[in-house]
Amino acid sequence: MSDLALRRRGPLSSLIDAVYRHPRLFLALLLAPPLLWLGVIYLGSLFALLAQSFFSLDDFSGVIVREFTLSTWTQLMAPANLDVIIRTVLMSALVTIADAIMAFPIAYYAARYARGLMKAAFYLLVMMPLWSSYLVKVYAWKLILAREGIDTWVLDKLGLKFLLDWYLSLPVIGGPSLSASYTGTFIVFCYVWLPYMILPIQAALERVPGNLIEASADLGASPRDTFRHVILPLAFPGVVAGSIFTFSLTLGDYIIPQIVGGSQYYLGQAVYAQQGTAGNIPLAAAFSVVPILIMGVYLTFARKLGAFDAL
Amino acid sequence: MTPTSTTAVMFENVSRHFGAVRAVDGVDLKIGQGEFFAMLGPSGSGKTTCLRLIAGFEQPTAGHIEIFGETAEGLAPNRRDVNTVFQDYALFPHMTVLQNVAYGLMVRGVPRLEREKCAREALSLVRLEGMDLRRPAQLSGGQRQRVALARALVNRPKVLLLDEPLGALDLKLREEMQDELRRLHKQLGLTFVFVTHDQGEALSMADRVAVFNKGRIVQIGTPEDIYQRPTTRFVADFVGSSNVLTPDEAPRFGGVSRWTSLRPESILIGAVADAMDVRHTAEVIDQQFQGAMRKTRLKINGLEIYAMAPSSQAFDVGQAVTVGWARSALHAMDGEGNDV
Repeated sequence: MSDLALRRRGPLSSLIDAVYRHPRLFLALLLAPPLLWLGVIYLGSLFALLAQSFFSLDDFSGVIVREFTLSTWTQLMAPANLDVIIRTVLMSALVTIADAIMAFPIAYYAARYARGLMKAAFYLLVMMPLWSSYLVKVYAWKLILAREGIDTWVLDKLGLKFLLDWYLSLPVIGGPSLSASYTGTFIVFCYVWLPYMILPIQAALERVPGNLIEASADLGASPRDTFRHVILPLAFPGVVAGSIFTFSLTLGDYIIPQIVGGSQYYLGQAVYAQQGTAGNIPLAAAFSVVPILIMGVYLTFARKLGAFDAL
Repeated sequence: MTPTSTTAVMFENVSRHFGAVRAVDGVDLKIGQGEFFAMLGPSGSGKTTCLRLIAGFEQPTAGHIEIFGETAEGLAPNRRDVNTVFQDYALFPHMTVLQNVAYGLMVRGVPRLEREKCAREALSLVRLEGMDLRRPAQLSGGQRQRVALARALVNRPKVLLLDEPLGALDLKLREEMQDELRRLHKQLGLTFVFVTHDQGEALSMADRVAVFNKGRIVQIGTPEDIYQRPTTRFVADFVGSSNVLTPDEAPRFGGVSRWTSLRPESILIGAVADAMDVRHTAEVIDQQFQGAMRKTRLKINGLEIYAMAPSSQAFDVGQAVTVGWARSALHAMDGEGNDV
C-alpha cells in the first residue's frame, strides 16, 4: 500500500492531486489561456479602437489630434453617414427576415422528416457552400445577376425578359442590372448567410419532442394552430440565434456590397474607407462602434421577447 | 360496472404493420360507453399501437375502426372527440399550467375568461389548485400527471385514452393516482381506455381487461376472469404469475390432462392443508420474505412449484411439509398460448 503511494509521488501526480483537492484551480488553469486571449488581446484592442473615436482628425495636416473631443461623433451624425447606418440596418433586417422565412421549412424538413441518408444529404447540402471561398461565391453571383448573366438569358428565352426590365425600372430596388441594384446585394446576402439561419433553427426543432405535436393535435389543434402555438414558440430561440448570425454578419460585411450592388456605402465599407483611403482612424472607430451598439440593442430586445428563456 | 349497450370504440379485424413488423395483427374489440377498459401486455405487444389507432396518431393497415358509430380511419387526431394522457405527459414547456389545461379550449375558440374558468374547474377536479401560473418544469411528477389529466378532461372527450400514465411515478404516488383515476371515472362516467404493462394496475382498476401478446388479443374479460380463468399459459404467466403445469404433470396434482394453472396463493401449507381435497408432501427449497407474504418454493413429486404463505409461516430449508389445495383451484387452459 505505502509502496504504491510512494511510487505515485511524482511532480505530475502531485499536480493531479492538487487539482483534485482544489476544483477552482483546475477551472483557472483551463480558463486562463482563452481569457488572456479574449480579455487582453481582443477586448483590449477593441477598447483601444473605441478610445480612438474620441480623438479627431486635423483636416489640413491629416494628423490625428490625440485630445478628447466629441467632434468625430458629431461628424458621424452627418446626414450622409446616417444614411449609411440606416441603409445597413434596413438591409440586415430584411436579409434576416428573408433568411428566417426560407430557412424554416428546410430546417423543419431536416428535423422532423429527414432520416439516415436524407439527413446526411441535408447536412452536406447546407454546409457545402461554406466549403468554397466566400469571394468565389460572391463573384459567381455577380456573373449570374449581370445583364449578360444566366437569369437574363433564361428569362429572355422564356419571353419574360420584360418582367425583369419592369422590375429594374422600379425606384430604389431597381437599377441598371440586378448585379448593380439593392436587390442584387440582398439576394447575395441572403444566399451567403442562409446556412447560419438553417442550422440553429434545425437544432431548436430537433429539441421539440414529437409528442408535443401529437398532444396539440390530440387536443383539437389544426396543423396551423400547432405551428403557431407549439412549434414556432419552441423553435423561436433557434430563429433568434440564427438572426443574430445573419443580422450581425450583414451589419459588418464590406465585400458583398462592394462587388454586387450600387455604389452606396454600407457600414463595413465606411469603416474600411475611413481607415484606409481617408486615413481618418477616429471616424472609422466611431463607425465601428455603431454595429456594436445596434447588436447590444438587438440582443436586449431579443431577451425581452423571452427568446433566451423560452426553453 | 358493466358496459352499456352503446359501443364507444369498435375494432374490426384491425391491423397495423410497420414493414415486416406486425405491431397490431387482426384485433377485434368492442369497448362499451362508460367502461374502464385496460389493455394489458408486455412491451411490444401492440397495446400502445391500439391506443394510438384510437387517438388517430396511427392509421390501420387493414380493418375498420369506429368511435361512437363513426368511422375513425382517415380522420385526423384533431377531428376526433378523444383525448390522450401521454406516457411522459407531453405538457407544453413554454406554457403555464393554466395555459396547458386551457389549450384545447383555446384552439376551439373559447373566449379567454371562459376557458380559464373551465381550466380552473378541471384543475380542481384533479385536486391541483394554486399552481395556475407555474411552468411544467416547476412541478413534481405527480403534479404533472394531474395537469395532463386536467388538460385532457377539460375538453369533455367521449373517450379518454391513458398511455401508461402511472409508469413514471413512484409506488406510493402510483397507488394514490390509481384511486384518483377510479374516482374520476365514477364521477364523470366517461369511457376510459387504459394501457399498462402492470397487471396489478389493470386488475385493480379496470372493468374489463384485454391481454395483448404479439399484436393480438389473447384474452378479454373481467379482471376475475383473466386472473382466475386464464385461457392460455401466456395469460396465466403474465397476469399474476402462476404455476403452470403441462398436460403430463397436471394429473399427478389432481387435475386433468390439460395445460393447467395453479395460483400460488391457493396452495396451503401445514395443518390448514389437511382440509383440502388434493394433498401432498413437499420439501421446502427456499423462502423469500415479502412483507405480508412469504414466497415459498416447494418440491412436490420432483416438480418445483411455488406458494404464497402468510409471513407467520417460516420454514427451514429442506423441511418436509404437508401442502394442499382445492381441486377447483386447478384451472385447465386451452393451450400454451405462446405460439400466437
